[in-house]
Amino acid sequence: MAIKFNELTDQELLYGQKTCPGCAAPIAVRLALKVLGENTFTCLPACCMCATTSVYPQMSFFINNTTTAFPATASTCAGMAAAAKMLGIEDDVTILGIAGDGGTTDIGLQALSGACERNDNILYLCYDNEAYMNTGIQRSGSTPYGAWTTTSPTNEEVVGKNVVKKNLFDIICAHRIPYAATASVAYPRDLLEKIAKAKDIKGARFIHIQAPCPTGWGYKPELTVDLAKMAVENGLWTLAEYQNGKLTVNVKPKTFKPVKAYLSAQRRFRHLKEEDFAEIEKQRDQEWELLRRKENEL
Amino acid sequence: MTKIDKRFLSGNEAVAEGVRLCRPQVIAAYPITPQTTLVEKLSEFVADKEFPCEYMLVESEHSAMAATMGASMMGVRTFTATSSQGLLYMCEMLNFVSGSRFPVVMVNANRSTATPWNIFGDHRDAMAMRDSGWIQLYTESGQESMDTVIQAYRIAEDPRILTPVMVNLDGFSLTHTYDLVEVPDQEVVDRFLPAYQTDNKLDLKNPKSQCISIGPDFHTEIRLQQQDAMDMAKKVIADVDAQFGKEFGRSYGGLVQEYRCDDADYVLVVLGSVAGVARTVVDELRKQGEKVGVIRVRSLRPFPNEYFASLKNRFKALGVLDRNLSFGNQGGVYTETKAALFTPGNMIQTLNFIAGLGGRDITKVNIAEMFSKLKAVSEGEAENEMQFIGLRWS
Repeated sequence: MAIKFNELTDQELLYGQKTCPGCAAPIAVRLALKVLGENTFTCLPACCMCATTSVYPQMSFFINNTTTAFPATASTCAGMAAAAKMLGIEDDVTILGIAGDGGTTDIGLQALSGACERNDNILYLCYDNEAYMNTGIQRSGSTPYGAWTTTSPTNEEVVGKNVVKKNLFDIICAHRIPYAATASVAYPRDLLEKIAKAKDIKGARFIHIQAPCPTGWGYKPELTVDLAKMAVENGLWTLAEYQNGKLTVNVKPKTFKPVKAYLSAQRRFRHLKEEDFAEIEKQRDQEWELLRRKENEL
Repeated sequence: MTKIDKRFLSGNEAVAEGVRLCRPQVIAAYPITPQTTLVEKLSEFVADKEFPCEYMLVESEHSAMAATMGASMMGVRTFTATSSQGLLYMCEMLNFVSGSRFPVVMVNANRSTATPWNIFGDHRDAMAMRDSGWIQLYTESGQESMDTVIQAYRIAEDPRILTPVMVNLDGFSLTHTYDLVEVPDQEVVDRFLPAYQTDNKLDLKNPKSQCISIGPDFHTEIRLQQQDAMDMAKKVIADVDAQFGKEFGRSYGGLVQEYRCDDADYVLVVLGSVAGVARTVVDELRKQGEKVGVIRVRSLRPFPNEYFASLKNRFKALGVLDRNLSFGNQGGVYTETKAALFTPGNMIQTLNFIAGLGGRDITKVNIAEMFSKLKAVSEGEAENEMQFIGLRWS
């Protein structure tokens, strides 16, 4: 479904939230809601989006919205979807889970896996800022290799997080759900088209959005979109889709830009040395090799 | 007159019949012994289209309660069931459900909690969830379990209450024990329990946020509302039980049920299915001239403080049989009963008996021993305040 920016609604269903300047999460959610519309029920676990939108008495969602427990985004959504079916409104509404990377790749993974396996009629957005940002920048399963966080400190011997980022998209695709995608706030048309596509599909749908975080990553707020774009151009973030059992990579840079410019722009990577950049590029190349193979095989 | 439908059912099957008659629109459950035969029976009912329902086979108890909450906040009637480790795993979601006032009804098949690993009955599971903000009712028979499920929806969904209800029945001794159970007609249940209507829901016509954060500035006032609802539930539980009696011909005493207590000197306070054997012992001791009685606590939350405070000097000694223990203190029912008895002028002596842990039988001999200890302490003999009864060794 082609998105025309000048036809997007002016109606804002999320505003007044207290996110940090430059936060990518509300960019993604605000855009998503422009496509999904008023008949959306959002469900957020404990996370930045919840803490900045849903504190009494100031509500920032102008649609039905609930908070739930940290591990329970997908399971709460699944219950809402079951009720929507019984109420006869399931074809008219979207049950939208919105959770961060910790709430998705770590503590929320079991519930998400269950909902995917049952093919519950929910749309799940993971905004991935690559650490537990709401609690103050602690390492998550989605924190990339080499990143400093408050719980993956650096010193002479330690590189920060010394294992690779968990591949959430792979895990979700392994459930063979009707639709899964990765997206970026630097590619709004791609993001909106994926949301629009997901809206019209019944069953479990999942979109993984990279969400740069000025506070946790250590960069100036105005660089959020630039960094998100660099991550796609240097191959550290991919734009892909999984539908009808087929994997498609949407953006394939002919040559990857060096990772150094992207990493050096962020305080969380400032301890990295030349050999670390080389190691990260090696990991990237391996990931892309796997991705290309899956694109041909799946 | 409608004909009386009596069937030979296990406790779990009786509960399943009760749930069927209440017609929840969403059920989410995860299997755990000894709850399994209940959720199996409900799956059959839903598969056979006995009532329209989305039956969610979730991947954990945490998700069972989260899904139940998600459904309830959309304004539909919900049900789930669990036991023991499953109940503990739900703990986080129990507090979400009660705090946001969703009238979920859950059956808990009371079972010991690991470790030592044990699948048999005691009350340590539900007692650990005592402060989760749920109404906790305990039943004595399959019939009462079925009837209490029907009552539970009336209580939970009352706009003055809007508090979830946990119906507790003893693992195996009730869940897997067969008895003759009268199954009421659907139309009678429908009359007693109208369709669930609420404003406390997400609504396309009137969007709102649920389960929100509330900081120090308003938090205490929200908690006061929960406490007020629990206080009101004392009246509503009693009223609903009385109305159930009028409609169905069976009632269970509301919050507490006395047996031969009117002229008793020594009484034993119990929870759950052990009340049956306790009454048998009371009858036998009465024949021998002992003035003994049984008080069965049916509602642990809200706790019948006013009832115990009113006892004053009705009895010489009161024992509390606990199938649970708060390590480092005493049995859970005992500490609460003793606190409630603590009123000016109260002279009733109290003892706490710990028995029936991990499914061990509580025998007639055990119960008789408890009564003899109550008599002894009231006659001035020294007794330890808390005692394990029926120990193999000490």
